[in-house]
Amino acid sequence: MAATVVNTISGAIDFLLTPENWTGPRGILARTQAQIWISVVSMAMSAAIAIPAAVWLAHRRRVPNLSVAMVNLGRAIPSFAIIVLIFPFSIRFGFGLGFWPTCVALVIIGVPPMFTNAYSGVASTPRDMVEAASGIGMTDHQVLRKVELPVALPLLITGVRIAAVTIVATATLGAIVGYDCLGTYIVSGLRRGESGRPEVLVGAVLVALLALSVDLILDRVERRMTPWNT
Amino acid sequence: MIADERRSLIWWAWVGDHLDEIWQRTVEHVQIALIAIVVGSLLSFVLSVVAVRIRWTFKPITRVGSILYTIPSLALFGLLVPFTGLGLLTAEIALVSYTIFILVSNTVAGLDAVPAPVKEAADAMGYTWWRRLIAVEFPLALPAVVAGLRIASVTVIGLVTIAAFIGNGGYGALINDGLQRSFPTPIVIGSVLSVAFALLVDGLLAFALWALTPWRRRL
Repeated sequence: MAATVVNTISGAIDFLLTPENWTGPRGILARTQAQIWISVVSMAMSAAIAIPAAVWLAHRRRVPNLSVAMVNLGRAIPSFAIIVLIFPFSIRFGFGLGFWPTCVALVIIGVPPMFTNAYSGVASTPRDMVEAASGIGMTDHQVLRKVELPVALPLLITGVRIAAVTIVATATLGAIVGYDCLGTYIVSGLRRGESGRPEVLVGAVLVALLALSVDLILDRVERRMTPWNT
Repeated sequence: MIADERRSLIWWAWVGDHLDEIWQRTVEHVQIALIAIVVGSLLSFVLSVVAVRIRWTFKPITRVGSILYTIPSLALFGLLVPFTGLGLLTAEIALVSYTIFILVSNTVAGLDAVPAPVKEAADAMGYTWWRRLIAVEFPLALPAVVAGLRIASVTVIGLVTIAAFIGNGGYGALINDGLQRSFPTPIVIGSVLSVAFALLVDGLLAFALWALTPWRRRL
């Protein structure tokens, strides 16, 4: 038992100290880049869907229950289920393995936190503040841009951070449907049994470090962008 | 003909032939999830009491909890496999650690929100701190505790599907099987049942809260 643990750890260290494992199309660098790339694309797409819709609906104070429903939906449907459910459709409609089924799933996962937070941020603007703004002659558009959006900013940024951390973490699961990323070390290592253990450990450490760094960096960004909040 | 049906999203004939297997996977899924939720709740309750009684421990406990919570599930399984091997123990350690952050932050928030006059009244009646906690503070904190428990349970039930990759059963085993054979039916059955189970537990916990807190209904 203890000997296996030592072997796995020293195997993982050997793996990390071998330069060939870092470079090349299946190297650590390429796979890290792939995981970040798919996360960035998915973030951009889900932000483009969620934020304008939420801001506009909240500005009009429409469908107040939708944002609550969104949170519950986002929580109830596990990300893994989304990825595997999209997988058969992706094959059938010719989008193939890998990038697209993962990306679509990540977009779906990113929408609820951003929608909910953007919506409740805008909707939380005090009534009298909005009335005062239109009272001094602001147009509807100016009320949104100069009053409601600044009020919403802290919550909106929190939503973006939560979505980004969830997406970059979940991108790991793309490896299961054939997207070559850091998760591939874990998935292919597990398939190889005992001899794959060092690879599993390497992948796990790298994925954990990536998720924790994204969380930490975005937390700093959030604090810097909303200094009045602390 | 058969090849065509095999490619459709649900091939009901396969479902009919595999009811035994689906039932077995259901039992496994429920077991794995239930152990994690029960152990996670007990552990989190102890940690919450420690955090409330010894205030400075609150920050480190939630900090560690949030780090564990941020680590993607597949990675946490991968980190544990070299030490605890494949199987149930590894899955449970990871699943329990995901519940701690949600449960402790909700429970502590709930206990903190108990009005000071209520606690003082209990003290004045001669309650010991433990009796005050169990008979007064915990029932009043129950809405927050159950809110946390609902999130934690739904999260755990979803994550059990991933535990199949480290050699556990449950709906994840059905999904895995379907993925390896490019056969959609078990994938769909496994994911849909997992989501249905999560929603069922969520609803049951909401009902349990309603049943346990009759005083809230009159408000």
